[in-house]
Amino acid sequence: MTVSVVAFARLRELLGFSKRSLVLPETANVDDAWNAIAAGTPAIRELRESTRIACNGAIAERGRALRDGDELSLFPPAGGG
Amino acid sequence: MNRFAISDRPLDAAAIEALVRDDAHGGMVTFAGIVRARADDGRAVRGLSYEAQPAMAIAEFEAIAREADERFGDCSIAIHHRTGDLTIGETAVVVAVACAHRAAAFDACRFAIDALKERAPIWKRERYADGTAEWRENACGGEGHA
Repeated sequence: MTVSVVAFARLRELLGFSKRSLVLPETANVDDAWNAIAAGTPAIRELRESTRIACNGAIAERGRALRDGDELSLFPPAGGG
Repeated sequence: MNRFAISDRPLDAAAIEALVRDDAHGGMVTFAGIVRARADDGRAVRGLSYEAQPAMAIAEFEAIAREADERFGDCSIAIHHRTGDLTIGETAVVVAVACAHRAAAFDACRFAIDALKERAPIWKRERYADGTAEWRENACGGEGHA
């Protein structure tokens, strides 16, 4: 399957993209997607615990199964206000 | 004007207060977060740059307002947050709360700005006078700094 990944703020800078597509195995979940992204960018590996991942506009659990066409958003810790 | 908004235009606190002002609520508290000239570590700040995931930020504002209403009684709440490049003295966020009485209005306003800082998908980059810049994350559950 192919999902899209949108990165924000510090994560966008570390990853070097704001949006890209990602090809994953059909059984992949949210954490599998993170691991695939982090595999190419060691600098973000230690940021998993502080990163919230949204799937199609809602915060997703680590084990959530993904489907073709899903959009994942990678959120660093909030800085609003 | 919507009660919940992400905007790249200057915020008008009086206009945002007007969104929640009505005859049923006798206490109104407005919090405004202003861009300060000094960082917490004393460095001179030139400005802040905010970015957001607007749809999810607005959904979070709506959820925060619903929670405040459940916790503190009948509250009318408006939350607007800026994005883009702000300079010293500009308003980054306005939380306007109207309740029947003052105690609930103070409590609900405090709750709403604290929840926003913890949960809303909004990010801040501090730009310093020396030309450097850093992403600034809010301290979870702490006082934080607006």
